[in-house]
Amino acid sequence: MKMNNLDRVLLLITCLLAAYQIVVGIDKSSSTPITAYTIGFGVLLLSTLLLFIFGFGILDNSIVVIISTIIPLSISTGLIWEHLASYRTLYLIFAIVGFLAVILTRSMQTPVNLRTTVLAIVHGISGLIIFLLPILMSVYGRTNPEFVLVGLGGALMGLEGLILSFSKFQSIISKETMRRLLPGLLLITTICFVAGFKLG
Amino acid sequence: MSALFNKIRLYWPLIKISQTSLLLATGIAGYLSAGTRITLPILLGVSISLFLAISGSTIMNMWYDHDIDAKMKRTHKRPAASGELNHREVFYVGMVISIIGVGWALLIAPLYGLVVFAGWFFDVVVYTFWLKRRTAWSILWGGVSGAMPILAGHVLAVGHIELVGILLALAILFWIPTHTLTFSIKFLDDYNNAGVPTFPSTYGETFTRAMIAISSVLAAVAIGWASVLIGISAGYLRLIAVLTAGLLVLAFATFRVQSEQVNFGLFKYASLYMLSSMIILAMRAF
Repeated sequence: MKMNNLDRVLLLITCLLAAYQIVVGIDKSSSTPITAYTIGFGVLLLSTLLLFIFGFGILDNSIVVIISTIIPLSISTGLIWEHLASYRTLYLIFAIVGFLAVILTRSMQTPVNLRTTVLAIVHGISGLIIFLLPILMSVYGRTNPEFVLVGLGGALMGLEGLILSFSKFQSIISKETMRRLLPGLLLITTICFVAGFKLG
Repeated sequence: MSALFNKIRLYWPLIKISQTSLLLATGIAGYLSAGTRITLPILLGVSISLFLAISGSTIMNMWYDHDIDAKMKRTHKRPAASGELNHREVFYVGMVISIIGVGWALLIAPLYGLVVFAGWFFDVVVYTFWLKRRTAWSILWGGVSGAMPILAGHVLAVGHIELVGILLALAILFWIPTHTLTFSIKFLDDYNNAGVPTFPSTYGETFTRAMIAISSVLAAVAIGWASVLIGISAGYLRLIAVLTAGLLVLAFATFRVQSEQVNFGLFKYASLYMLSSMIILAMRAF
């Protein structure tokens, strides 16, 4: 499926927003969250840029599943570090072990069920943290209400990840439709993240 | 009036506007990255003098290479190669634009003008006239020439040649092979038909891909080092680090995966990388 000019414009705006987030959007944080957010938004920026350069065909590459795991793991690590101090070490261990498990199960000959389960656990936990933590922080008044937007961004990103990573979801929405929607969804997701971090 | 427009239409492809704009952007970024006070007349002077000097050297290149351009599928429709433009006229137009560009640069500041002239000299005399038809290593001198606009811009801002300016020039010098070598792989048959020695025809494709990967890494090191010395903010340093990581991954992929698609992807990414880096360095002025 060929990429049209609208897709390219949407992807370029997404790149610019991700770049903005890396440059100024995370400056108020301490060094570990800054590193985690830089990795998360950096991978988002580079993935979008590579999608822009190579077209939708790049999504068929098996490495995309591994790379796309970095985004939720990094952003969720940053959120945990900032808002749930007592879980920092535990979550950091989960993030590192989870990422290594995804790499191992995806790069070695492993049963399909195992690789799917590992991916579902890693994506599921990190995605739920990005979705729920900002909402809870807003509800309990620890952040501005606009921080909910980060949760919304997390939900959208989780949805994109599920459809792209798990073939079962492709019976609900076809690969072509998903690819047609992807640039717009990526942009809305990034807008939610940038606005949420800025205003929250 | 329509005759004039027709002439401009014919000369337009001869200045290779994308390449000229990118080199002009490096020159302006070199000037702005020094963080000195910006004056509009100087900024305009830098832009116009560099634009004319680069355009002039490109026209001279097209004038001299019209015979080999005519033998290559990619370039045979260029007005100088196809005979749409008078050969002698192309030479005079190239020389006049070059003289105005370099002369203007010398009037702005002698050292700046000297560096601009060095860029013109390396491109036209050393690269085009002397080495292009003799050795594959001619691209090194093409790279030196391409590195002069950013050095010139930086020299104009600080008044002398210093380490930052040299590092910026090295970044461009090492970035240029990702362009030229990618083209030489993609259009290898064209270059062979025209009898132009290239890296893939002289040393093979694997060696050429390795050179592309190595030069990308060196360009990234130079731009990173220069960024630190320039003292850009932590946020912009993070962005440069992210973009550099992308360049290194693609350079590694080019070496591992022998694919034209990956190779051309690196070529496109390297252009975006350099343009982004120039914008980031230029932000120091604001």
